[in-house]
Amino acid sequence: MTPRAKPISRGAKNPDVWIVIPLYNEAPVIGSVIDDLKAVFSNVVCIDDGSSDGSGAIAKAHGARVINHPINLGQGAALQTGISYAREQVGAKYIVTFDADGQHRIDDALGMLELARSKNLGVVFGSRFLDDRTNPGFAKKVVLKTAVWVTNQTTGMKLTDAHNGLRVLSVEAAKGINLQQDRMAHATEIVVQIGRTKLPWEEFPVEVIYTDYSKAKGQSLLNSVNILFDLIVN
Amino acid sequence: MTIWIQILLVLGLVLTAVYLVRSTPSASHQAIRRILVILAVLVGVVAVIWPGLLSLIAHALGVGRGADLLLYILVVVFLIESVSNYKRSVNQARTTSALARELALVEARLEDAIAANETSPTPTVAKSTAKKSSRAPQGK
Repeated sequence: MTPRAKPISRGAKNPDVWIVIPLYNEAPVIGSVIDDLKAVFSNVVCIDDGSSDGSGAIAKAHGARVINHPINLGQGAALQTGISYAREQVGAKYIVTFDADGQHRIDDALGMLELARSKNLGVVFGSRFLDDRTNPGFAKKVVLKTAVWVTNQTTGMKLTDAHNGLRVLSVEAAKGINLQQDRMAHATEIVVQIGRTKLPWEEFPVEVIYTDYSKAKGQSLLNSVNILFDLIVN
Repeated sequence: MTIWIQILLVLGLVLTAVYLVRSTPSASHQAIRRILVILAVLVGVVAVIWPGLLSLIAHALGVGRGADLLLYILVVVFLIESVSNYKRSVNQARTTSALARELALVEARLEDAIAANETSPTPTVAKSTAKKSSRAPQGK
């Protein structure tokens, strides 16, 4: 077998946790996102999905482990690569998926980890609809709620927020994940596959920070048509 | 009696939609496709030799002219072809993704192995393979 790098070193923070960040053209923000994460987590892996703005190099300079997709494959594919990488690391117990655009709070990730550890959960989903901290705006809310509804119909689970990039997976749960949906429909697919593992899961209230930057890059109403199509057809 | 052609065309379109949502590629599908292609060629030859036949069938189905019937069939066949092409391209994209992911992960494992060997003094198998593939300028 191939020997692997030992992520656990003296003074490592949360050495059993791997942060997985799908990265595509987020050069303006990725540096500070990683800096904030590295203050709490030693293991941060970014999957550079063929960025053309040097995002990968910035992530590397800020201390993240960077894996390069040779071509752009989509966010779902990048997430899967990160999960595949993280779950084979020595000592890894939990994998946290995190968006590159800085819309998640690290405190929320820590809270979710604590919940997963204390109740021995397979998965903790972040949800922005469990409290009223997040205000996505009307149109976005309609899109997100539609996505949740479709997800719940497909999976039989009762989630309140399906397309939230912040999730905690135990390594056991991560082993049951094999995403085929390369684009945005992976968020539902991940729920489906977690449902199949039969592992216990919970939702955790998180705040999604909508900056002008993330708003400009966020999903449009039209893109939800794509998501629905991908889910039904494929 | 245009009802017959309407039933046939709607059925054709509905089946196309079903084909889009369901069905995975398999050997039997390929066989069916090939049989259909051969049938289409035979029907084409017959229709060329006896053009009146097409009009007769068209009349029987409630379509005015043979040429009109031909157009209707063409539209449905075109849709089926589009759908099967779409499905093929999705499958191809998945294969490409799997390939690209494996490439990225192999590179990452290699980097990790090299980094591990630089920090630890004990040599391992991965070191020699890493050297060979990257032609590290060390000795020899």
